[in-house]
Amino acid sequence: MKTAVRNAFLNLLILGALLGFLWWAPANLDNYKLRIINLIAINAILGLSLNLIYGMTGMFSLGHAGFMAVGAYVSSLLILTVEQKNTMWILEPIAPWLLHLQTPFVVSLVLAGLAAALVGWVIAWPVLRLGGDYLGIATLGFAEIIRILIVNLTPYTNGSLGLKGIPAHTDLWMTYGCFVVVLAFMVRLMKSNFGNVLRAVRDDEIAARTMGVDTFKVRVLAFTIGSFGAGMGGALMGNLITTIDPKMFTITQTYSVLMIVVVGGLGSITGTVIGSVLITVMLEWLRFVESPIRMGAFVVPGVPGMRMVLFSVLLIAVIIFRREGIMGTREFSWDWFFPKPAKTTQTKEARE
Amino acid sequence: MFVQHFINALGLGALYGLIAIGYTMVYGILRLINFAHGDIFMLGAYFVFFATIQYKLPWGLGVAIAIVGATACGLLVDRIAYRPLRGAPRISALISAIGVSFFLENLAVVIFTGMPRAVVQPPWLMKPVILGEVRLIPLGLMVPVIAFVLVSGLLWVVYKTKPGLAMRSISHDIETTRLLGVSVDKIIALTFALGSALAALAGIMWALRYPRVEPFMGVFPGFKAFIAAVFGGIGSIPGAMVGGVILGFVEIMSVAFFPKLSGYKDAFAFVLLIVILLIKPTGLMGERMEEKI
Repeated sequence: MKTAVRNAFLNLLILGALLGFLWWAPANLDNYKLRIINLIAINAILGLSLNLIYGMTGMFSLGHAGFMAVGAYVSSLLILTVEQKNTMWILEPIAPWLLHLQTPFVVSLVLAGLAAALVGWVIAWPVLRLGGDYLGIATLGFAEIIRILIVNLTPYTNGSLGLKGIPAHTDLWMTYGCFVVVLAFMVRLMKSNFGNVLRAVRDDEIAARTMGVDTFKVRVLAFTIGSFGAGMGGALMGNLITTIDPKMFTITQTYSVLMIVVVGGLGSITGTVIGSVLITVMLEWLRFVESPIRMGAFVVPGVPGMRMVLFSVLLIAVIIFRREGIMGTREFSWDWFFPKPAKTTQTKEARE
Repeated sequence: MFVQHFINALGLGALYGLIAIGYTMVYGILRLINFAHGDIFMLGAYFVFFATIQYKLPWGLGVAIAIVGATACGLLVDRIAYRPLRGAPRISALISAIGVSFFLENLAVVIFTGMPRAVVQPPWLMKPVILGEVRLIPLGLMVPVIAFVLVSGLLWVVYKTKPGLAMRSISHDIETTRLLGVSVDKIIALTFALGSALAALAGIMWALRYPRVEPFMGVFPGFKAFIAAVFGGIGSIPGAMVGGVILGFVEIMSVAFFPKLSGYKDAFAFVLLIVILLIKPTGLMGERMEEKI
């Protein structure tokens, strides 16, 4: 019991440190850095939700961008003002019922998650009957269908023009608040019996079925929860950038979330958090290869596209040389920092 | 009007089919969706563009260069990104394939720049032949004929030659084939080479039909061709061709008769994929794959 108290205390300490940082950061860091720090939290939410679907439950889904798009559009449409909506829809008039529909940001965030979860749930029924790579290509197909629907349903989405000037409500408190909630939820979930069931479904579906687990239902549920996270993450990202359009939610978006999960370690919550910090920072840092570099009298011109070339080389290298990622399926634990005297003496005695 | 749409659909379908063959052969042998295949197709188109339009080489030579270049790229992809993962879980190879596809697309942006470039079509391919009300260009007729010849040749290789026998044997049981003394890696490389050569040819004809090349031109044809392969029954070469032609007809005819749907053109393939996966996951001509316990 003593370790439980210790862990609770240490967790509170970390939370306190995070609160302190969030209080300190806005006044002391420039906007660019704040944006990256925000993005880390959003990417962590996206990564955790994909990790639940793929890492924990073993469903190879390539549909994340689709759910993000649903979330981003639902949230943005609910917080845009009436005047903005009136001026933005140029090609076709906006659907009348949508014009006056407005909610506070936090409500829109929850609704975004719910909308994505609903879409995920509807898609899950037909798609989750498939396994392995077929599932991947089918979810990819659905994400593409969602994107094409957004392009074409102009009265509701403003088509390919996208939405601009979304009122920005996202700050560090918002993103990290959501992140901590999602993280705590995931940790609790994976420690619960349902977490064990998910891992059982991933490791051996037939064995799990033999043990009386309704594997299909479990998979649908995990997929729906994951879609909720993706929708919320998409909504936060749209609000952080304040501009969304259908081109933002192509397969490239899914790849970068997949990259976070793979680099961190499939099936590890800790790994996903580390992965989101690493990948977000690296993607920003790599921008330097695309901008001109001055070396004394010489100016090396920036090469557009180079950033993504290096990014994909990294993805291939990780999958070939270190398939389990940084953490494998291991999780962070405070026990790493404390020796276990009781156990070691016991084993010594046993050996003697 | 209808004849024109018919020839158009047949041409588009034949191109999908040619790309689909590469997917279906690799999937049949390695159970791997080779995401990079669509980008090999793109490279083929670029190579022919540079050879003939930038450097003014004759078309025959340009086509040969494009085929050799794209085949070499296909072999390199297999050697570097897939072979080290032969024993690994299938999804690892799939993620590697996604990485390679992403790599090739962005490498193309770096080397060729992201700007689309116009392809100058040779005039003799474009001179219309007028038959009554129908205007046909030689290119439109050539594509299905060339595709038919190529597929017949490929079928001969797969069903009548020794390497073809080895290919079919690997797709049934890779370990036993290895024990029988077949050098499996070489046969797999041959599969990649054949698939890439066909993709390059499809890329060349694609670049002539829609006269431009750009780094991401392979993404959608790639996805659609894979869908055609699944539709026809993955692992089956005639199936890939049939699937491709059906997809070509669905796309061209639906837009021809319901112009309002043109915005949704790219979604048809995905809808078709989901429908076939739910109704008959083995596709039209696929063999039953049983789940092994």
